[in-house]
Amino acid sequence: MFESLSERLESAFKQLKGEGRISEINVASTIKEIRRALVDADVNYKIAKELTDRIREKAMGEKVITAISPGQLMVKIVKDELSELMGGTEAELELKTNPTVILIAGLQGSGKTTFSGKLANFLKTKKNKKPLLIAADIYRPAAIDQLKVLGEQIGVEVYSEPENKNAVQIAENGIKQAKANGNTVVIIDTAGRLAVDEVMMNEVANVKAAVKPQEILFVVDSMTGQDAVNTAKTFNERLDFTGVVLTKLDGDTRGGAALTIRYTVDKPIKFVSMGEKLDTLDVFYPERMAQRILGMGDITTLVERA
Amino acid sequence: QKTKEGFLSKIGRAIAGKSTVDTEVLDNLEEALVGADVGVTTTVQIINKIEARVAKDKYLGTSELNNILKEEISSLLVDAPDSGFRDFDTPAGIKPYVIMVVGVNGVGKTTTIGKLAYNYKKAGKSVLLGAADTFRAAAVDQLTVWSERVGVPIVKQQMGSDPGAVAFDAVQSGASKDVDVIIIDTAGRLHNKVYLMDELTKIKRVMKKVLPDAPHEVLLVLDGSTGQNAVEQAKQFTAATEVTSLAITKLDGTAKGGVVLSITNQFKIPVKYIGIGERMEDLQVFDKEAFVDSLFSTNS
Ligand SMILES: Nc1nc2c(ncn2[C@@H]2O[C@H](COP(=O)(O)OP(=O)(O)OP(=O)(O)O)[C@@H](O)[C@H]2O)c(=O)[nH]1
Ligand SMILES: Nc1nc2c(ncn2[C@@H]2O[C@H](COP(=O)(O)OP(=O)(O)OP(=O)(O)O)[C@@H](O)[C@H]2O)c(=O)[nH]1
Ligand SMILES: [Mg+2]
Ligand SMILES: [Mg+2]
Repeated sequence: MFESLSERLESAFKQLKGEGRISEINVASTIKEIRRALVDADVNYKIAKELTDRIREKAMGEKVITAISPGQLMVKIVKDELSELMGGTEAELELKTNPTVILIAGLQGSGKTTFSGKLANFLKTKKNKKPLLIAADIYRPAAIDQLKVLGEQIGVEVYSEPENKNAVQIAENGIKQAKANGNTVVIIDTAGRLAVDEVMMNEVANVKAAVKPQEILFVVDSMTGQDAVNTAKTFNERLDFTGVVLTKLDGDTRGGAALTIRYTVDKPIKFVSMGEKLDTLDVFYPERMAQRILGMGDITTLVERA
Repeated sequence: QKTKEGFLSKIGRAIAGKSTVDTEVLDNLEEALVGADVGVTTTVQIINKIEARVAKDKYLGTSELNNILKEEISSLLVDAPDSGFRDFDTPAGIKPYVIMVVGVNGVGKTTTIGKLAYNYKKAGKSVLLGAADTFRAAAVDQLTVWSERVGVPIVKQQMGSDPGAVAFDAVQSGASKDVDVIIIDTAGRLHNKVYLMDELTKIKRVMKKVLPDAPHEVLLVLDGSTGQNAVEQAKQFTAATEVTSLAITKLDGTAKGGVVLSITNQFKIPVKYIGIGERMEDLQVFDKEAFVDSLFSTNS
């Protein structure tokens, strides 16, 4: 889709060939290419700038030993830097409490309801749990029906109160039922909301305060652009979420939003969602994501050629 | 047009104290544009044009530069060939007017259909909806709620039935009832899934069996918070269905929707509507001048 970073850099590297050391002058155009590639992959431009400044600093000190060209060295520095940023914190779900309460939140259409179904299925089949899904989206037309259809598909019970217009009450009542029925995990699907919508942000904060979830997962569309920084920041300020879910990674987006979010809120990406079917849930691989953002599927070939 | 902090308002501020268009001003401009999802290629294009028009280091006031910018950005946005849609008019001699709505998952297709139905009805048109998303959980229920909310009929079949058959039924039913507008909902699909894109081509083809000219409009819905991937979406949906118009949704948030500049420029498809909320009233007819102005607005 986009010209990959390695393609872009290759031309820049041609000029670097034969240089013995990475210097201010020969690194400048390379840094600009890296920055633009990151922005084209939807990494927030401010973050791309900070990152490339850091990369420049790291590169500046480096002496190039005869075996490695400056180009090879730059590729390695960039890739290592991103992989490190994407990884880090342990990303397992905290499932010790009984029942474990998991709150799902995010923007409209990001994939919350679908993910709720996937997570319930995962916990049931892979973790031997007995989940209950709670339909706490009281706004979207047919939101309850949607969750019910998913629940039926995976054989997981769905708690709903079609007449109740109070999401906090529904969540509380659902948890009561979960306790009575011996459910070991409760997943609360909430309505989509914009970070700037005060009323709606208060609602989800109130749900959190009432049910004290062990896990709060922020669901985000991997195709999101520059605005990911605002959304992640606000949702984190209001909810202090415990993890991120990246959806629609079965598309061909570079997914720079993942880096933006990781960098902005420093919370682990706990799952990636890769399809509409309920068994398309995967754990997160930091290095793979870094390579995807950089368009560096061909990094080894490049290093060999550089 | 809803005003919010325009992404180019920063430019005004950045150059307010300056008297020449220097590298710093151009760098600021680059940041503002890419920060609004305009994308590197289009941003560089805009900057090159600015550079070509104003000699570097030349004195230029803020308002002068703003005007040049506005002109350049406006020139990227193509106009719709027919302006009747502004009043939710249908083109003369076409009845029923069939609109097929397409796009990737969760962008706001079904909601936009509800809003369009509301607006067409308000303009005195009779409307019929076709529930050709038979795949996503409760998709038919969702469109049914919208049809009830707006008060327009819906043609639907069971979940899992052939979407082409639903589209055929809807167009046939609308034609026999002599309605003014038929709007067909389709399931969200990612543009890199060949079999799903082929299915869309097929749905489109099936409608022609009833009305050879249908669909008269293929509306691609794009999520305003989507980044550069939207360009690829436009490309693949155009290849599969010859998209004729765009709707940009969720612009009530903080996303700027700048990627639309690249898309309309590259594919020459006009933006017709913007979505600014979840209610049926929350649809606006796209106004080029107002949109460009809003990018410069300092109101927050
Ligand atoms: N291809 C693909 N589609 C997905 C994925 N996750 C969700 N979807 C689709 O994206 C659309 C929106 O998903 P929902 O689960 O309804 O999203 P939501 O966040 O609950 O939406 P609201 O409740 O309206 O805010 C649906 O068409 C889903 O089938 C994914 O990982 N890949
Ligand atoms: N804030 C805001 N939300 C919107 C807008 N348009 C749609 N939505 C919301 O986005 C979510 C998804 O909208 P849908 O209309 O179901 O999207 P879709 O494209 O039909 O989704 P699929 O059929 O699952 O692919 C819903 O929660 C809508 O209420 C808008 O302009 N602004
Ligand atoms: Mg939902
Ligand atoms: Mg839909």
